[in-house]
Amino acid sequence: MESVLGRYRNLIVLVGVLFLQVLGLAVQVKRGNDVQNTRLIRVWAVGAIAPFERGLVWIENSTGNLWHNYFYLRGVRVENRQLKEQIEQMRLEQVRLREDAAQAHRLQALLAFKEQFAAKTVAAQIIGSSGSDLSRIVSIDKGKNAGIEPGMAVITADGVVGKVLLADSSLSQVLLINDQSSGVGVILEKSRLQGVLRGTPNGEVTLERLMSDEQVNPGETVLTSGGDQVFPKGLPVGTVTKVGTGKDLFLSIKVKPAANLSKLEEVLVLVEKQQREATAEETGHTRAADILAQRLPSVPDKPAQAADSATGAPAEPGKPASSANAGPKAAGTAGAPKTASTPGAAATGSKAPASPDKPGVARPAQAKPPAQPSTSPSTQPPASPKPAADQDIPD
Amino acid sequence: MPITYTSGEQVEVYRFSIPATIGIPLLALFLQAFVPRRFPSFAYLDLPLLVTIFFGISRRNPISGLLTGAVIGLVQDSLGGLPLGLYGISKTVVGFLASSLGVKLDVENAGARFLVTLGFYIVHAAVYFTVARGLVSLNLAWSWRNGILAGLANAVVGMVLYFVLDKFKQRT
Repeated sequence: MESVLGRYRNLIVLVGVLFLQVLGLAVQVKRGNDVQNTRLIRVWAVGAIAPFERGLVWIENSTGNLWHNYFYLRGVRVENRQLKEQIEQMRLEQVRLREDAAQAHRLQALLAFKEQFAAKTVAAQIIGSSGSDLSRIVSIDKGKNAGIEPGMAVITADGVVGKVLLADSSLSQVLLINDQSSGVGVILEKSRLQGVLRGTPNGEVTLERLMSDEQVNPGETVLTSGGDQVFPKGLPVGTVTKVGTGKDLFLSIKVKPAANLSKLEEVLVLVEKQQREATAEETGHTRAADILAQRLPSVPDKPAQAADSATGAPAEPGKPASSANAGPKAAGTAGAPKTASTPGAAATGSKAPASPDKPGVARPAQAKPPAQPSTSPSTQPPASPKPAADQDIPD
Repeated sequence: MPITYTSGEQVEVYRFSIPATIGIPLLALFLQAFVPRRFPSFAYLDLPLLVTIFFGISRRNPISGLLTGAVIGLVQDSLGGLPLGLYGISKTVVGFLASSLGVKLDVENAGARFLVTLGFYIVHAAVYFTVARGLVSLNLAWSWRNGILAGLANAVVGMVLYFVLDKFKQRT
């Protein structure tokens, strides 16, 4: 007997080790391959690798920062100027969009819609991956200490990335949306068709559960539907790239993820979501004219004068009268550029009335009549909190 | 002929220091986890497999080889989201076969190592595929083309890697 055991010792050990692993696999499969079942082993393994990854990421970032922030600054001035121009354009666009958003809020409030939004996010850095082309998982450098829990959504500015699979104290594993075991509830932006986004073994992303008689066009944007209770509604997921006929009367739709999943560096983890009833907020309106007016040259504010002006006290000699309390809204109310409400502008108005024809010099705000209520949100000027402040300015 | 048949007494058996025994697999696992983040194509390489093969054919001890393969495979499984044991089983088999082959054949030169690595890569992929399809019901598609191309890439990298790792060998 001993000789048989000795002779086949290697084979017996091999069969034993294989048997144990097959048994372990069977148990995991029966329990539904929940990573929480094998959490401890996974945490140890990731914990053993993570310090090296952190170190390398640190070296990589330090080197990159040194190069980009100190040495390679070619074209930064030009880019800066372009960005400033772009900001101006976007501010004008923002005014228009704010009106649209306010209108949408009012409509949502009328219909008592619930809205879900990302209340708090934690920025994290990708420090590693699963290293296998069959498992799309990345490790991030934040964990439970930063409030991260399994099941939380992970996004970037471009779009949805995945969800937290496992969270340890200082690192977490994120299951990407192109992993074959992931699923995201999505909606098509134009056709409003809902489906489930799934990963494939080769790392592609497909949209499932859409009947073949539905009309889906390549190029259509895919957004989160909020139905999976992981991602808030409306986050960009990707773009439809190919539509074909699939199995069982369903369409086969390929989607290109909005976020570049193969070159992720920083991500945001949605650690807190809030659900609230939509409310029509009465925020102060800013008109495009006000934005334009801000570009005009003006004399800087002098806050001390604001108090004087608000109490109706006359301006001291040598000190310009101020209408700072009237603030930007007052300027908007009066229909004059914002610079008109600045102390300097008011002083100019009080002592030497500015010529309206003179560019860059504002007219006194009190010259305009008070705002009249209007029913149209887009044309309604915001009510001035203290219109009297303008009137206190001595002529 | 690069591969020569030898008796058990003729082949040299090597051992490795404890730091090398722990550090080399850890480094391979770390690189496997870190580098594909920057270069996604790197995921086609399987450094932990190459290390398993190297330790197997150097130590020429089947039990040591299969245990090395099992541990490396299970750690590799832990870094991914798939059930633990897929890589574990595949690398256990490869570790056992590599060390058994090392007992019978002298695979010290580059040509032999190239062929052995290519063969073991395909064996590893076949075992992984069988277990993943049969036991875990993963929806994997077998591709000979991809398998052989990845095998060739691993074999080429393996030749260079083994040359470096030879420096850590200690004669018994």
